Amino acid sequence: MMARYHVTTTVNGDEVDFLCESDQTLLSVLRDELVMTGTKEGCGTGDCGACSVTVDGRLMCSCLVLGVEVDGKEVETIEGMADGEALHPLQQKFLEHAALQCGICTPGLLVASRALLERNPDPTETEIRYWLAGNLCRCTGYHKIVEAVADAAREMREV
Amino acid sequence: MATMLKYEDKDLKVVGTRPIRPDGVDKVTGRARYGADVNLPGQIYGRVVRSPHAHARVLAIRTDKAEALKGVKAVVTRDDFPEMPVEYAAAGELIVNFRDVTRNMMAREKVLYDGHPVAAVAATSEAIARRAARLIEVDYEVLPHVIDPVEAMADDAPLLHEEQMTEGLDPAPEKPSNLAKVVSFAKGDVEQGFAEADLVIEREFNTKPVHQGYIEPQASIASYTEDGQVELYTATQGHFVIRAQCAKLLQMDISKIRVIPTELGGGFGGKNNVYLEPLAIVMSKKSNRPVKMTMSREDVFRSTGPTSGAHTRIKIGCRKDGRITAAEAELDFQAGAFAGSSVPMAAMCTFTRYDLDNVRVRGNDITVNRPKVAAYRAPGAPISIFGVESILDEMSRELGIDPIEIRLKNAARQGTQTYYGPTFGPIGYEETLNRARQHPHLQEKLGPDQGRGIATGFWFNIGKETTTTLNVNEDGSVTVILGTIDVAGGSRAAMAMMVAEELGIDVDKVRPQIGDTQTLGFNFVTAGSRGTFASGIAVTVAARKAIDVMRERAAQMWDVPVDGVVWEDGHARPASSNVGEFEPLSIVEIARKSGMTGGPIAGHAEITAEGAGPGFGTHIVDVEVDRRTGLVKILRYTVIQDTGKAIHPAYVEGQFQGGAVQGIGWALNEEYIYDADGRLQNPGFLDYRVPVASDVPFIGTDIVEVPNPNHPYGVRGIGEVPIIPPIAAISNAIHDAIGIRLREQPMSPPKVLKAIREASNGAG
Repeated sequence: MMARYHVTTTVNGDEVDFLCESDQTLLSVLRDELVMTGTKEGCGTGDCGACSVTVDGRLMCSCLVLGVEVDGKEVETIEGMADGEALHPLQQKFLEHAALQCGICTPGLLVASRALLERNPDPTETEIRYWLAGNLCRCTGYHKIVEAVADAAREMREV
Repeated sequence: MATMLKYEDKDLKVVGTRPIRPDGVDKVTGRARYGADVNLPGQIYGRVVRSPHAHARVLAIRTDKAEALKGVKAVVTRDDFPEMPVEYAAAGELIVNFRDVTRNMMAREKVLYDGHPVAAVAATSEAIARRAARLIEVDYEVLPHVIDPVEAMADDAPLLHEEQMTEGLDPAPEKPSNLAKVVSFAKGDVEQGFAEADLVIEREFNTKPVHQGYIEPQASIASYTEDGQVELYTATQGHFVIRAQCAKLLQMDISKIRVIPTELGGGFGGKNNVYLEPLAIVMSKKSNRPVKMTMSREDVFRSTGPTSGAHTRIKIGCRKDGRITAAEAELDFQAGAFAGSSVPMAAMCTFTRYDLDNVRVRGNDITVNRPKVAAYRAPGAPISIFGVESILDEMSRELGIDPIEIRLKNAARQGTQTYYGPTFGPIGYEETLNRARQHPHLQEKLGPDQGRGIATGFWFNIGKETTTTLNVNEDGSVTVILGTIDVAGGSRAAMAMMVAEELGIDVDKVRPQIGDTQTLGFNFVTAGSRGTFASGIAVTVAARKAIDVMRERAAQMWDVPVDGVVWEDGHARPASSNVGEFEPLSIVEIARKSGMTGGPIAGHAEITAEGAGPGFGTHIVDVEVDRRTGLVKILRYTVIQDTGKAIHPAYVEGQFQGGAVQGIGWALNEEYIYDADGRLQNPGFLDYRVPVASDVPFIGTDIVEVPNPNHPYGVRGIGEVPIIPPIAAISNAIHDAIGIRLREQPMSPPKVLKAIREASNGAG
């Protein structure tokens, strides 16, 4: 049995600790150790964005981050996006705009979109498309996703 | 037929609106459980050992070292699965042969492609399973391989199946070959037709294999119990077909296998067949533990079905006025390692948009050393129509006829007899072309190196076996159990909407749910754009049966004959004042009293849906070609398609947009690249490049509604048509932009650049 490391971190505002192997990815820790399966694995090589999370506010593919690297950091996942019963405006707009079909890419796209709007509350269509270029969606053709993000940005600016 | 419901033109309250999909909240919050999200107590982890060779004889497999590793609980090889005789079954749009299915999930005599499974292990952790997989020793005798379909038909080509004699040839061949099957369709006199033509154009076209590219890799978890029962969670488009295949391959009773479909992370035809499921079941039986298996992305690319790569030869003759006099096609399709490509359907689709007197089509199904083809959205049609729509574009230029006009001049319409048999009922092809002619897209001005292309598509659509149970709960809310998987398009939303419309209640009072294989009778896989069509008929039948029960209950409560009760706006009402004066009874009031009036209220449907309406679409695309890099940029794209009736228009638009963008990827970038040894060189999303958000513009949509007479709301299948025209439309647009006609896919920067350089060298 390989030695396992004890890691203490914050996930969606909750302090958590876990044991992981030295080569275990943050994605595997989230899904297999913490049983937070909202973060998805589409490729395991950082090419599809389905596993997008933020670590200390920075957007990353959790399949390219090791579990041991998040010691003392703040991790945000899809499970922390809604505020109690209230969906995040991005989640609500994805629903209203029919911006999801199979939904496997949706958690990653929502996490990535939130990271965009935190940096740029008024993105152009081009800025949205280039920011989300790391998140593959095979169902929608991106049309309604881009519309939903733009609409959510509009609503969030008004609040 | 008793189950057939005819189209009724009526005022609609729910159908045609855009409510939030019932599976939506789970999907935006991360709650939805996909294949890899299911865990069972005590589970262990399975891993497949795959062939590194494109073609080799498997001489020996030694598993003792792997079995000796601590933590390894099961190892399986070809010896753990029974031999299967030749026996065919439908699995989606393609037919499978069980002799081949068992060999595809686990190689027997030979490995036939890079990635072909030769063994599998299950261990207490993924890390141990990985280590064990490396300890399995396989002795191979490497054989020459062949991947190109034309090379595979050569006399001296390496032979995949030593016994394979071509089907469909007269006289029958005397020696085996890689040509598994020939399909032929003919109508009229093609020679006479070409003789009458003023213009005859014949061209050849080549396309590469492309993958469905679903973002969710295959994932299954199986638990085998001591009394021989199986519980199987899997991500599939058709859990009843997975059950049937597992039962056949493992020689079990169908009733002993319970398949629980997980949420499906995309399939597009690629999740109609077993890959991991039988391996997980047998390893669960051997280990007495639940076995979880997930594919890596590399596994997905190397071993699950991409579509065919193909070579096609198309010849069309027409008169000066653009009327086609004859059309001929020869289609060479890769089947992959085992016979059974989509070439029969590709052959039937090739010219079907047009009303033709003289047609001859031959399709060749060719075994080659790459994974067995799986269906991919309108299987084969984008490949076979590429050449036809390209030649029509050439003809329209040669003859000075507008590209929409030349298609209208030849358009199939109601009463047109197809060259494979059926005669069309009401169809919307001409309407899509007429809408295209009026579309503002055509007014957009084009700049230098920009061009516009048009192409059209047709898909049959199917119905098939469908079941549903509709329960009116004791508070008047409704639960609908569906057996046809919602493959992403939103069919659960559409079912809830049709039920709400029928019952006259709010859509949020209806909760649709996919049932597992033990809760309902057989449903065919979600393929052939059948979901909303076939399940829509089933839920309408079930709702009307439940309404009949509620009318009886009201009649009982009022003590009047049931004929005296009608159902309107969610209430039982007296049919006329002659029946008596009664306050209408709502669904809530009837449901609350159901225990006292005869018991719970339900409606069922167990049907074979027939009369699927054919689908047609017209696409317009503007591109800009960068002459320095060869990059083709999509400037504007419009999809116009007949839906029959859009139940939930937002998800119809979503099908149009998603299908078109898959087609754009196919046209511009996607391809399987093999090295000289037949090993796949780009088994990942970095090098197999599907479209990303910044590659495409907004995709304009225009929904045409020519009702299908064989559906209560007029629905036609819509999911497949949108992927058909893009390759041809984009090739036509590139020609319009730079005067170079590309007849090979993908039209990726290196290939476009090469064509530009060749053209300028030729000119210079």
